[in-house]
Amino acid sequence: MVADIGFWVLGLVAVMAGAAVFYVNSMARATYALALSFIAVGLQVLFLQQNYVGVVIILMMVMEMAVMAVYMVMFMGMNPALMPMSMVHDSKKALAVAIGTFLTLAAGVLLVDWPARRVAPPAEVTRALGEELMGPKMLVMAVISPVMVATIVAGVVLAAHRTRYDRFGDDLNHRPADDPQPGGVGR
Amino acid sequence: MSEPSVTTVAPAWALAAVAILGALVVLAAALDGALTARGNDAASGAGGGVATPLWEAARLMRQRRRRTVEADGMLWRLGGAGLVVTAVLMVAVVPLGEWTIFDLDVGVMWFNAMDVMVWALVWLTGWGANSAHSLVGGYRFLAHGLGYELPLMFALVAPVIAAESLNVGRVAAAQENSLWFGLWMPVAFLVYCLGVVAFSVWGPFAPALGADIASGVGAELSGVDRLVFEVGRYALLAAGSAFAVPMFLGGGAGPLLPGWTWVLIKTVSLLLLFIWLRRRLPALRPDKFMELGWMVLLPAVLVQDLVVAVVMVWRG
Repeated sequence: MVADIGFWVLGLVAVMAGAAVFYVNSMARATYALALSFIAVGLQVLFLQQNYVGVVIILMMVMEMAVMAVYMVMFMGMNPALMPMSMVHDSKKALAVAIGTFLTLAAGVLLVDWPARRVAPPAEVTRALGEELMGPKMLVMAVISPVMVATIVAGVVLAAHRTRYDRFGDDLNHRPADDPQPGGVGR
Repeated sequence: MSEPSVTTVAPAWALAAVAILGALVVLAAALDGALTARGNDAASGAGGGVATPLWEAARLMRQRRRRTVEADGMLWRLGGAGLVVTAVLMVAVVPLGEWTIFDLDVGVMWFNAMDVMVWALVWLTGWGANSAHSLVGGYRFLAHGLGYELPLMFALVAPVIAAESLNVGRVAAAQENSLWFGLWMPVAFLVYCLGVVAFSVWGPFAPALGADIASGVGAELSGVDRLVFEVGRYALLAAGSAFAVPMFLGGGAGPLLPGWTWVLIKTVSLLLLFIWLRRRLPALRPDKFMELGWMVLLPAVLVQDLVVAVVMVWRG
């Protein structure tokens, strides 16, 4: 009973905080309203006995929002996000899309023929969930992740304005490197 | 899934945990006051500075709040007050000898999630005041955070690999009758200590509160707000010390005395070491520390994890 109430209250907090993202007029408030929404979802996942997944959601999302707040304030163009500003644009279309998505998903929840539980949940539900989601595709994922990291590194290298010739000179023998922002280990 | 290694006590005992944390805060602040008085070398009042924090607390409680134009009061207060709450949530998973309040199976991740909360809270404290200096301080903290957080995460991984569990009680139990993790994983332990000092905005990681930017995040804090923020920093330092005990210092292991006494003795020792080190170490500049964190600390702690993993496989 208490657990049920807690679960539903957290759900309400998650939805309300998510809505607040578009209602507030400050970048910081919008960002941390989203963080609160994710924290509520993470706590709900704890109620589903997926402790690892729940705590990781809280960890990752709070960290991500902390970094996102920095970028939002930094890159918000003409209005540098230090002033009050509206969090919505093109609101009519956005509202239509939002309501349409909500109705589709809600219809899906109500119309799908959910299976009834046949056996008791396994002792390690997180492991069971992982097996169920990844199962035979684990090898593929394990191969893809280094490829993805390599892609990110390559993307950054290609996009970077300065090359090693800027840092070390034409013969790559200029030490220490000529960096606009000196680092801590004296490379 | 065998029997739990610690006993979960009634939730009301959380009050006792808060009281212990409070006592640690007072102890830490008293030592810091005494060291400051000794450093100043001037007449420091009664007790050689030990009572300074108490007088300072009384003064702040009577002080009127300073207000700034267009401050975001809600986020500002949330940031300052959240630090204490985070510290309390951290110690919730730390077993005191054989008792624990919250025997979470992923307690180590829980601690990690809480220390990430500090990122948000310190930045919000800097943001809320709507003051340039305090916002600069908030950004300095996040810059430090990008440098220390990943090494800290991988430092927490090392004892977990060795104990084969994310449960804090089991990590402590895995060190029974064997070498403490802090001794055979020195790199992980050192990086962990650095992380604790960092998320408490303490010592070398205090540039976010630096005098060069009019005390940064704390620039506009006054009265009770400042008191709560400072208590939060000490509480985080104490919580980090307490968490090191089951992770690296053998939990309640020790001769003669009962387990809970050893946990307290080890926590206090580490806490006092952090307080004392504050004056011994230079400040780490956020821009330079970033490279240090990624180029030195992260590879070092990854090698440490590898060594631990190889040792564990070797032992079978």
